[in-house]
Amino acid sequence: MKKKYLAVPYVVWMAVFVIVPLVLVLLYALGSRDGSFTLDNFRTMTQYWGVFASSFQLALIATAVCLLIGYPVSYWLSREGPGIKRIAMIAIMLPMWMNFLLRTYAWMSILENTGIINTVLGNLGFFELFNGVFGTNLKYFPMINTPGAVVLGMVYNYLPFMILPIYTVIDKIDPKVIEAAEDLGANSIQVFWKIIFPLSLPGVLSGVAMVFIPAVSTFAISKLLGGGMTMLLGDLIEMQFYGSAYNPYLGSAISLVMMVIVLICMTIINRFGEGEGEAMYF
Amino acid sequence: MSKELIRLTNVSMVFDENTVVLDNINLYFNDAEFLTLLGPSGCGKTTTLRIIGGFQKPTSGDVFFDGVRINDVPPYKRQINTVFQKYALFTHMNIYDNVAFGMRISKTPEADIRRRVDEALNMVNLSGFEKRSVNALSGGQQQRVAIARAIVNRPKVLLLDEPLGALDLKLRKEMQTELKKIQQQVGITFVYVTHDQEEALTMSDTIVVMNEGRIQQIGTPIDIYNEPKNAFVANFIGESNIISGVMERDYCVRFAGREFACTDKGFAAKEAVDIVVRPEDLMISEPANGQMVGKVDSVVFKGIFYEVMVESQDFRWKVQTTRAPQKGQLIGLSVDPDNIQVMHKR
Ligand SMILES: Nc1ncnc2c1ncn2[C@@H]1O[C@H](COP(=O)(O)OP(=O)(O)OP(=O)(O)O)[C@@H](O)[C@H]1O
Ligand SMILES: [Mg+2]
Repeated sequence: MKKKYLAVPYVVWMAVFVIVPLVLVLLYALGSRDGSFTLDNFRTMTQYWGVFASSFQLALIATAVCLLIGYPVSYWLSREGPGIKRIAMIAIMLPMWMNFLLRTYAWMSILENTGIINTVLGNLGFFELFNGVFGTNLKYFPMINTPGAVVLGMVYNYLPFMILPIYTVIDKIDPKVIEAAEDLGANSIQVFWKIIFPLSLPGVLSGVAMVFIPAVSTFAISKLLGGGMTMLLGDLIEMQFYGSAYNPYLGSAISLVMMVIVLICMTIINRFGEGEGEAMYF
Repeated sequence: MSKELIRLTNVSMVFDENTVVLDNINLYFNDAEFLTLLGPSGCGKTTTLRIIGGFQKPTSGDVFFDGVRINDVPPYKRQINTVFQKYALFTHMNIYDNVAFGMRISKTPEADIRRRVDEALNMVNLSGFEKRSVNALSGGQQQRVAIARAIVNRPKVLLLDEPLGALDLKLRKEMQTELKKIQQQVGITFVYVTHDQEEALTMSDTIVVMNEGRIQQIGTPIDIYNEPKNAFVANFIGESNIISGVMERDYCVRFAGREFACTDKGFAAKEAVDIVVRPEDLMISEPANGQMVGKVDSVVFKGIFYEVMVESQDFRWKVQTTRAPQKGQLIGLSVDPDNIQVMHKR
């Protein structure tokens, strides 16, 4: 390559914004307040095992729900005409133009005990009916500050990241290949399971990666919709930097471990996808 | 002897309201027949196949299979398999699974599948490629997988859309022989699309010449070659000299400034006609002994013959001969009456 110098800005960018932070994280993770080199941070971390577990659990559930909703939507969308495709794409992207926190606050006011859903149901006399049938004594449905609300928030925020890669891959499948399968006797169900689904796997894999990674590290969603009842890794890390528990050394160690676990997960997922064409990472 | 298998009646195909791609096609073919659709690019060959295969509904007209109207039968229920022009292989499967696909759908026992896939791959010269992925094959190899994938199911009808287009000459000849052999042994009806006229002439029982969505002529290769119905067919099939003339009376036609005896009759008196003379039917002689005289303009060696262009009074003749005259030499040209083909002007 003659024009190597054209890559210089890119290399500088990568160095400043990717390599340097990573090195800093590593240094902090191995450091301590008195400036000595130590592995203590990793030892301390074991007491937060529960936070790791619930973070991964909720992120997995959210990813699964995104997949269950996102796949059918992508499939349906790929079969529609160009007009509907365009409108649906805008509808899917539109919420993403709004600030992330704003969207999540909106969900708060929807889910709150005195929020929109509960108010409407209460005004409709739903709770009297419900209590009469089930013998309960409810004034509202507790929705906010539950793990369910956190999952809902994750699904709502990350669903487009599931739909887009799957849709892109399905939409690119050559109609001739589907015709070939029909020609060889496959009905529409067989065409789906033997042709379309396997060919769409690379999209599924990148969708899973793109939902799972932000979901496992989120903090705002769990704080706002989970009300601090379910502490997630993101919250834990944030606390170490801004919170009462100020301890950037521990925070860096947790970040590092989380990165390593995510990396391992992605490698495993990628293994599955091998031979299914190139998995795409945006 | 053989019975009719598929019939298209008054089939037309119109895209986007006004692009007429097929214009009133009427066509039938028999069980175990080798039928070739021949015509220039864009004349509607693939569209015709897609209608037979069920991938496209004709705008009007009907398709019959064994006497039953099948316009509304979906492709997967038709006893027809297709070798697609662009192969359309399954890239997420290896070669073996590609070829086995149809038989797996029809729940053929795995042992039979193995044997038949082996046979089919052997036939297309791809034994040992079973485990390869599609993307690791050349275009010609992919094309042969597409042939194997379709033929292995032994359908009643096999539609082949330029199945040998990506192969080199030697392999193409081999595959032609192989396909013809299978077609005769298994008794499959072939509907074969090509723009290679030599391929059409050597392989087919029947040739359908198409142009701009219309059928120009249907006939045996010999009919089509020797008695083209119009200038388009004559021009498209083989090399030819096409010259305007006038039919003087039965068995006598005037062109190139003189009258010629011919074998055609039944034209109107003084009707303007097109005359076809094949280059190999023109005989070279001394100028004094020829029906026409011309000057040799160019001589090109073509392997088994020379192609000679001869400039005569008002026409440039293409002549094929095994003995090359000198460039610039004056020669005589003659043609036998039964090698003069007279056609109505279009
Ligand atoms: N879906 C479609 N919409 C509009 N026009 C079409 C469509 N499919 C085919 N055509 C047009 O119909 C005509 C015939 O196409 P077809 O594919 O049947 O040609 P062909 O004879 O197979 O040509 P080739 O030898 O190049 O494969 C072309 O002019 C093409 O542009
Ligand atoms: Mg074609």
